[in-house]
Amino acid sequence: MTSTFSMPSLGADMAAGVLVEWHRKPGDPVHRGDIIASVETDKGVIDVEVFADGTVGDLLVEPGQEVPVGTPLATIVDGSGTEVAATPRQPPARTEAPAPIPSPPPAPAAPAPSAPVSPLARRRLEEAHLGAAAVHGSGPHGRVVRRDIDAAVPPAPALAATPAPRATPRARELAVRHGIDLATVAATGPGGRILAADVTAVAGARPAAATDAGSRMRRAIAAAMSRSNRDIPHYYVGRTIDLATATEWLTTANAERPLAQRLLPAAVLVKATAMALRRHPDLNASWRDDALVRSDHVHLGVAVSLRGGGLLVPALHDADTLPLDDVMAGLRDLVVRARAAAMRSSDLADATATLSSLGDDGADAVWGVIFPPQVAVIGFGGAVVRPWVVGDAVVPRPTITATLAADHRATDGHAGSLFLTDLDRLLQEPEAL
Amino acid sequence: MNGDDVRATALEVLAQIAPEAAGLDLVGDAPLRDQVDLDSMDALNLLIGIGERLGVDLSQEEALHTATLDDLVETFVAGAARAGR
Repeated sequence: MTSTFSMPSLGADMAAGVLVEWHRKPGDPVHRGDIIASVETDKGVIDVEVFADGTVGDLLVEPGQEVPVGTPLATIVDGSGTEVAATPRQPPARTEAPAPIPSPPPAPAAPAPSAPVSPLARRRLEEAHLGAAAVHGSGPHGRVVRRDIDAAVPPAPALAATPAPRATPRARELAVRHGIDLATVAATGPGGRILAADVTAVAGARPAAATDAGSRMRRAIAAAMSRSNRDIPHYYVGRTIDLATATEWLTTANAERPLAQRLLPAAVLVKATAMALRRHPDLNASWRDDALVRSDHVHLGVAVSLRGGGLLVPALHDADTLPLDDVMAGLRDLVVRARAAAMRSSDLADATATLSSLGDDGADAVWGVIFPPQVAVIGFGGAVVRPWVVGDAVVPRPTITATLAADHRATDGHAGSLFLTDLDRLLQEPEAL
Repeated sequence: MNGDDVRATALEVLAQIAPEAAGLDLVGDAPLRDQVDLDSMDALNLLIGIGERLGVDLSQEEALHTATLDDLVETFVAGAARAGR
């Protein structure tokens, strides 16, 4: 059986993506989690993972093409002959702003092929004015695939249609990023191949293009946050929490650890927040079609600010059940990859709630804007030593102000208040995290 | 291992974490985080990166004495001497 591999939805604010590069070709075996393609989105270039085991069948979209979310990009043939479930970790049952899913490229009125022909190959055949019968099929079951046509078709000058310029994958990626048509780039590589440097030279001559990626992300944030503020009636609750116990516990836990395994307070905050969300499932949910839909997992989105502006919110999967060391390692990995623009589709596809932490030196508190279709964003301000009443005495204590911004359609302030009380309780027992 | 080697390594690792730092004229005796936008994760990654290159691990107390570039260099030089490097 064959399944399709589609342009993933990496957040409700994503309508379309540009295929930058294929990392697999027809006939290649793939396993769940393999990176099969790179896609340019408003969040930068994202590596897209496949969610099924099998063999790559046909590639339906060429590098450089922009297609809406949900468009089939490739077929995956299951080796065992049973149907493959090419679905993301969590079905993208997003009801908001569903991009229309176009039908696959229309079959051209080409002469009936004598052997099965892949869609990409069919298009190349058309361009070359060839019948499929003229080509030897080397794919599975004698299928005519693109490489067969490349082998059969005379070199570029003889073609009726202009073929895509030859370019290195890196050059293609840069061209997409800077919005440059490769046909306009002078090639200096061997065999007339366009190199990354050739694209950079053109990009350099267009100063406006340099900020394009940043402004695209800015526009995507603007769209998502405007929609959130317009559609979601937010309510806010806050609580200042004594961090003395957690801080002491961390100091002890870190005493014997080498640098690379040391825990930051952020890991404690993430784990406690995830556990509190598990206990308050109405906040770990989405709002769809006027109804609350609880999530089975706690995939906590962690807002990571990027150097030069913008932010990404990759998810730490099952953060409520991960051991604290794994939370710390996962957090480090997400922050480094987000800032290195090395995100994968699974990072951005399925957060169930969001945490925004301003860091040690940050402002006292942050009241977030919900990322739809989620229903809650938890904020932590900077850790501050404040006068605190313990028994009858006022003592200096490290404290942090936790806030919750939640969707009033889904829950009420009382529920939000109970959540923060539970979060406080969890932070008083760090050894249980 | 002398201070200049450690300082050069520190600046290299810093430039990987915060590329804009490469163009800055950093003041050695002022807090690094006042001059470069580093969060706690960046600061930890800076120490881990330097430590890995120099083969030096810092204790929790030593890691506290790394707020300025001068302090950081002094701490790693001492750590290297302790490790016999």
